[in-house]
Amino acid sequence: MAEMRVDLEKCNGCGECISSCSFSALELKDGKVRILAACNFCGACVDVCPEEALVLEKEEKRVDVSSYRGVWVFAEQRQREIMPVTYELLGEGRKLAEDLEEELSLVLLGWKIEEKARELARYSVDKLYLVQDPLLEHYCTDLYAQALVDLVRAECPEIILLGATSLGRDLAPRVAARLKTGLTADCTGLAIEPEERNLLQTRPALGGNILATIISPRHRPQMATVRPKVMKRAEPDGKNQMRVIKIKPDLASQGPMVKILDLIREEKNVADLQEAEIIVSGGRGLGKPENFSLIRRLADLLGGAVGASRAVVDAEWIPSYHQVGQTGKTVQPKLYVACGISGAIQHQAGMRGSEIIVAINKDPGAPIFDIATYGIVADLHRFLPVLIDKLEKREKAAGLKNSIWEK
Amino acid sequence: MDFTLSSDQRMILEMLDEVCEKEFAPRADEISETGEFPSENVKKLAELDLFGITIPKEFGGLGMDYATWTLIAERISKACATTGLIFGANLLCSYPLEEYGTEEQKKKFLPPLASGQSLGAFALTEPEAGSDAGNVQTTARKENGHFVLNGTKIFITNGEVADIYIVIASTDKKSGPRGLTAFLLEKGTEGFSFGQHFEKMGLSALPNVELIFNDCRVPTSSVLLKERRGFKVAMGTFAAGRIGVGIGALGIAEAAFEKARAYAKERVQFGRPISSFQAVQHMLADMATKIEAAKYLLYRAAWHLDRGEAFEQLASMGKLYASEVAMEVTTKAVQVFGGYGYMKDYPVERYMREAKLFEIIEGTSEIQRGIIANLILKER
Amino acid sequence: MNSQPERPTMDIVVCIKQVPDTEELPHIRVNRETNTLVRESAKGIINPFDENAIEEALRLRDAKGGRVTVISMGPPQAEEALRKALAMGADQAVLISDSSLAGSDTLATSYTLAMGIKKIGSFSLLILGKQAIDGDTAQVGPGLAEWLRIPQITYARKIEINGNKIRAERALEDAFEKVESTLPCLVTVTKEINIPRYPSLKGLLSAKKKEVLVWSADDLTLDRKRIGLEGSPTWVIKIFTPEAPPKGEVLAGEMPEVADRLIEKLREREVF
Repeated sequence: MAEMRVDLEKCNGCGECISSCSFSALELKDGKVRILAACNFCGACVDVCPEEALVLEKEEKRVDVSSYRGVWVFAEQRQREIMPVTYELLGEGRKLAEDLEEELSLVLLGWKIEEKARELARYSVDKLYLVQDPLLEHYCTDLYAQALVDLVRAECPEIILLGATSLGRDLAPRVAARLKTGLTADCTGLAIEPEERNLLQTRPALGGNILATIISPRHRPQMATVRPKVMKRAEPDGKNQMRVIKIKPDLASQGPMVKILDLIREEKNVADLQEAEIIVSGGRGLGKPENFSLIRRLADLLGGAVGASRAVVDAEWIPSYHQVGQTGKTVQPKLYVACGISGAIQHQAGMRGSEIIVAINKDPGAPIFDIATYGIVADLHRFLPVLIDKLEKREKAAGLKNSIWEK
Repeated sequence: MDFTLSSDQRMILEMLDEVCEKEFAPRADEISETGEFPSENVKKLAELDLFGITIPKEFGGLGMDYATWTLIAERISKACATTGLIFGANLLCSYPLEEYGTEEQKKKFLPPLASGQSLGAFALTEPEAGSDAGNVQTTARKENGHFVLNGTKIFITNGEVADIYIVIASTDKKSGPRGLTAFLLEKGTEGFSFGQHFEKMGLSALPNVELIFNDCRVPTSSVLLKERRGFKVAMGTFAAGRIGVGIGALGIAEAAFEKARAYAKERVQFGRPISSFQAVQHMLADMATKIEAAKYLLYRAAWHLDRGEAFEQLASMGKLYASEVAMEVTTKAVQVFGGYGYMKDYPVERYMREAKLFEIIEGTSEIQRGIIANLILKER
Repeated sequence: MNSQPERPTMDIVVCIKQVPDTEELPHIRVNRETNTLVRESAKGIINPFDENAIEEALRLRDAKGGRVTVISMGPPQAEEALRKALAMGADQAVLISDSSLAGSDTLATSYTLAMGIKKIGSFSLLILGKQAIDGDTAQVGPGLAEWLRIPQITYARKIEINGNKIRAERALEDAFEKVESTLPCLVTVTKEINIPRYPSLKGLLSAKKKEVLVWSADDLTLDRKRIGLEGSPTWVIKIFTPEAPPKGEVLAGEMPEVADRLIEKLREREVF
């Protein structure tokens, strides 16, 4: 068990370490530092202590980690379609495999999906475990977990990557708990630490305000779910080197514990928000629900979708599927226009990945300006009509030009 | 002297603050604009058991004191004055029931009032009987063990939405105030109907309605207290009600002050926030001081009421002072906002319109001064 | 419809977590100079999704009878969150709190909670929020289901109980899925499932009188190697703040001019 110690001889009570601690786990008592129960053994304090008075002692490894080899990517399919995140994982997985000088393998579970296997062969993959069974036709937690766990136990990969989708985030923790191994959710950065061959998994926490790097030094496989749309998509290399290993899983014959009765596509506008290239969002600064018409008009002119802050959703000015933020949707459009939104971190968490952020707010101290690409300190009731007017004129002019061209 | 809140009060207020911030305050503008009765807010008050604060436990309430009621009403009014007044008007029905009701009347009417299942109202005002409360024209004629009511009441807060009404009628015209009797009536009683809804300068969503009695028969068991004691019921109810009205005005004043303070810090003119100008500073200082003064008059009135001591004089002073402070503070808040303050985009003009009502209802400022003068001149 | 006897009542366990209130700005902000988190008295609240979990449990109990037990693992001050759950109407509250649990990751946390739930006794349904807003991992729910060997239904936006069957609608990215399972079962819920109630005054006052059971690691039958840092495969080795986004540009001036410049900027960046 790891232990944090303070060398009381060396500690001079300077307090450097206290401000370095993200967990408020250090305090000064009688001129010396003390470690509190909140300590997470991250070692940040060890690095900053000028007197080298803080010591972190970690326990030796127990699992023979060296017997686990290779990088796996879980290929996510729904209705026999490979989900885009799979290709993003392939790009990232290839890099990790190269750094480790190991093979990159894909694991595909389903039924009658050989054709999809051929599609995957166009990419730079060494091996495909094709696990097929009629019971695996549709995703179900327990049978997928069972099939994957059995395969892991037989093949001992050192890394398994899954997409942080509703499916990946349902499956991965169940598998990790059965394997009693480490799992890091929603990673946005992955790298290999060469000495120990540990996977350095970086993920946002507290609504993206901090990033944490996490390792599983004593456990294999190292599992991670990776946030979609963050990693670069792999390109086909056209070499067709992939070996296919067909597996017939040994599944509980009684079928899944949770049965799917029906699958219903969501109304269009919900998907719209997460797919939209442009989003115009309104917050409490709108003053009243009717003023959402300004937001809708601007969104129309820009060809975008309408978003909203939690405050106005809670006040029932607009249905909750418009909500962007920690308890709403995470979006990454090219352009995000925040109107009358102060930008509490729970809102930022849902939109800080946007490429261009335009903030319109009359309070110059609003935190949204911290992350805005273009900040406009103005009363939106006055500014938006001006902007809308300009855009309308522009559209008209463009329409005119087009009609001239057509002639 | 002890102004410390009890741990129960702190806990209740903490919860209430959250509700006010998330539910009541964000809808206040909308309610005022549409004029629609805020039934969602009323439902919320009921779910939270707030209508039952002062009602004894044996009748389904919480059996807490009026001081706590006052603290709660202050917060509700600060978030939404309309909701505050609906809450307050309900007390005008539950208070006299608690004070003057028979065991049977209490058993029948207090539990639904406590749960919020029923709303209450109190009806005295008539076209010819406003400040001159004794001049009630509605009559109640005794007939075969029943009373038959005839007449019209106006401006009745919670009219039509309320289920339980206390109605003051004359059982003996020539005795004036001494001939008045208070009756308990339920909505739906035959011969009891609703007339005009009055359009107001502010608080458009607050129901103020005409009640019409046309040969409305009620049993003698619906008399509250006693025959010919209606004036006592009315005056006793109003005395307590004044704390409620005063606290409503105070809530509006607090809301307007906070808006003005925030705006003064934010608004830049001549290159600096207007809060750095002495003229604005003095306005804000006066607003804050008067709010505090009004607050303690009302708190103390409630404190005496809880102790069963004479509170009428303080209640009148508190109502008089708080309503005039609310008018002054809201007017100044508009001034701090300048041109924007006069615009409907900002809430301060609404506060100003709302505040005016409080100088009129439950006894005008002039009537309050009369009551206070009477009481202080009795002392020697 | 099914031959099995109806369960007479629904005993439900809800797992909750106390998290910092990120709504309350500027309580939490990053100091760019020292690269540390500034937590100005961030108030602890019940994780918002867990409030939905509590609400759902209370509604089911009120419809079917039974008891709602709320359980949390955390420092002593997490008792506040449990007290609020009692005030909302939960029947019983348990806090697992012990210094030996410090440094627990999601695996160790789900193990410890599972052992706590075993000590509570039998249950029909175990409900959690879909994830906690501080860690955002969504891993404790499935982890718990695994330790307890029960089915899991994640991201439920609607649930219905009929006898010993549960039906739910799972909210996926662009669709929803109707599923069915048998009790006992674990469900994680989304915000859409209901609107959590506020505690009523009677609830608040009676919660004050109820006891929050506090269990230490010794009160549970557990494998010491599976708890705390020892039981946690994942270690946080570094915490840092994301690179500050490049300093934005403030567009100031007369409104028509600002609007023109904004349109120009967006055109340059190929938005149009």
